[in-house]
Amino acid sequence: MFAFIVRRIIQSIVVMLVISFIGFSVQHNIGDPVRDMVGERVSVEEREAIRDKLGLNDPFWTQYIRFVGNAAKGDLGTSYFHSKPTLQVILSKAPATLELVLVSSIIIILLTFPIGIYSALFPRSLFSKIVMGFSTIGVAVPVFLTAIVLIYIFGVELNWLPAYGRGETVNIWGWETGLLTWDGLRHLILPSLSLSSIMLPLYIRLIRSEMMEVLETEYIKFAWAKGLNKNRVWLVHAFKNTLLPVVTVFGVEIGILFAFTLLTETVFQWQGMGFMFLEAVERSDTALLVAYLMVVGGMFVLINTVIDVIYGFINPMVRIAGAK
Amino acid sequence: MGHLLEVRNLEVKFALRFGDLTAIDNISFTLDKKEKLGLVGESGAGKSVTGFSIINLISKPGYISGGSILFEDRDLSKLSTGEMRKLRGHRISMIFQDPMMTLNPVLTIGTQMTETVLAHMKVSKSDAMDIALEKLKKVYIPSPEKRLFQYPHECSGGMRQRIVIAIALLTNPSLIVADEPTTALDVTIQAGIMDLLQELCTTEDMGLILITHDLAVVSQVTDKIAVMYAGRIIETGPTEEIVNNPRHPYTKGLINSLPGGLQAGSRLAQIPGMMPTLTDIPDGCAFNPRCTINGPICLEKLPELRVLDGKNHSAACHMLENDQRDK
Repeated sequence: MFAFIVRRIIQSIVVMLVISFIGFSVQHNIGDPVRDMVGERVSVEEREAIRDKLGLNDPFWTQYIRFVGNAAKGDLGTSYFHSKPTLQVILSKAPATLELVLVSSIIIILLTFPIGIYSALFPRSLFSKIVMGFSTIGVAVPVFLTAIVLIYIFGVELNWLPAYGRGETVNIWGWETGLLTWDGLRHLILPSLSLSSIMLPLYIRLIRSEMMEVLETEYIKFAWAKGLNKNRVWLVHAFKNTLLPVVTVFGVEIGILFAFTLLTETVFQWQGMGFMFLEAVERSDTALLVAYLMVVGGMFVLINTVIDVIYGFINPMVRIAGAK
Repeated sequence: MGHLLEVRNLEVKFALRFGDLTAIDNISFTLDKKEKLGLVGESGAGKSVTGFSIINLISKPGYISGGSILFEDRDLSKLSTGEMRKLRGHRISMIFQDPMMTLNPVLTIGTQMTETVLAHMKVSKSDAMDIALEKLKKVYIPSPEKRLFQYPHECSGGMRQRIVIAIALLTNPSLIVADEPTTALDVTIQAGIMDLLQELCTTEDMGLILITHDLAVVSQVTDKIAVMYAGRIIETGPTEEIVNNPRHPYTKGLINSLPGGLQAGSRLAQIPGMMPTLTDIPDGCAFNPRCTINGPICLEKLPELRVLDGKNHSAACHMLENDQRDK
């Protein structure tokens, strides 16, 4: 286990270095931070002075190493627009996005596992056929369309659920949470449904096909021959083997969920990192963009490490490989 | 009480889009306690389907369409799903072909053993562990206590097949159906597994149905043999009789193709042609296109099993008398 963790940490560092390099190169090559900071009316000489002061005239590698050094100390630069450290800006927006992704993931898990397993066990049932039909359509529907339709039905026509914003939030140790108030939860429903809608059809199909494959294996046949009851064969023998590939894919899919928060948060005026990112793009706030890239990259690495640990617990063969 | 197992006129069909296909046609055999029956034939002859139909686990869309399977005086083909489940792995156990595939890779051996015990007996978990341990010892697994907490991938193929056999023994069944139990194993390990099965039949008072394409294996282990071809039994009798005095041309061909007493470099005998698939079984005797002694009647009439010379030896061939004359 120790060797496993050490190896993962080294891998994570390499991944983060690559992300930082890409992020920094982009920032270095597009836009002029000095112009963004001081506007058009400052003279060329003064600009040069600022450039020198900020170290923007140093060679690329010197600047990159300085950037990495600062990043390691938790300084990801200063947002030109907010005039605050970027990390601070991002962290103030992070709870909204994290809660959105969390609730969407929970919706995905709660819906896709029962539906996927059911449609694998009873592929000929009417329900399975309907689900399969919808999932084919569902894969093709873009998330903003789902969001707009949901807003129209539940927000406008039925007027059951709020259509934008986070609603009432509670501050717990600096974390603005909407999970603890009734109003906050109501505000979460439509955005998280829209966000999860991109993964639901894919996930149902994945679980279904994996489960069907497992059900055909010899060890399942042997489990029947041992006279075990249905639930034991399906939910212990078949399900545990179905989980293996599904868990791995889930780690990657969470990254995709983060990417899609850009759209969801915009449609729902959700004050999260995605919303902030699009604002930063409009304002050419390159420092904030790079910081966003670093933070999201870091979260992605962290989530996948956790997923790998979970995977090790389910798959005994990995556990052995890790122990050696 | 009659036989331990009596299969009477068993017929198994597969429901396909263009109609039902007969996979097993009118098969009958009996088995007593401690008796060992070998079901022999090429791939696709219906051996495995016969084996699986006994525990009613034929893969879809197969189903038992006729006949009866009397086991301990109950007709298995008429049992409900629940009653059948209680018999499976309890009174009748099955051993599968490939031990690398039969054990669930993500569950410990202990779990896979105790769950069987707990499914059929009212015992506590620790009692179930004790039973599992006892059976592992019975199949000569080294350090069985350790094995209980290991996963299948930590054991070798031969070891896994011993574990599968131990699982089959857990509830002291009276019948074991072994479907090609040694086909996937090394030759050196094969003999050990066969000896073990043979020994257990005697000590545990069980009947054994050994499904295999390997006549050599069957002749060493079993008391009697049923040779299958295209879904029918074409010759059956005591092992000694079948091996030393085969009567059906197909059985003769099988025995001649064994590499016994041959010179190095000489060619093995083989039966020309292939077994027909179920969709195009020829009229008359299914073996006639490959037969060397066939006559006009073989193309028209399906031969029935006929008893020969009073030693429980019967064969389904029109040409038996002619054949005898030729000798």
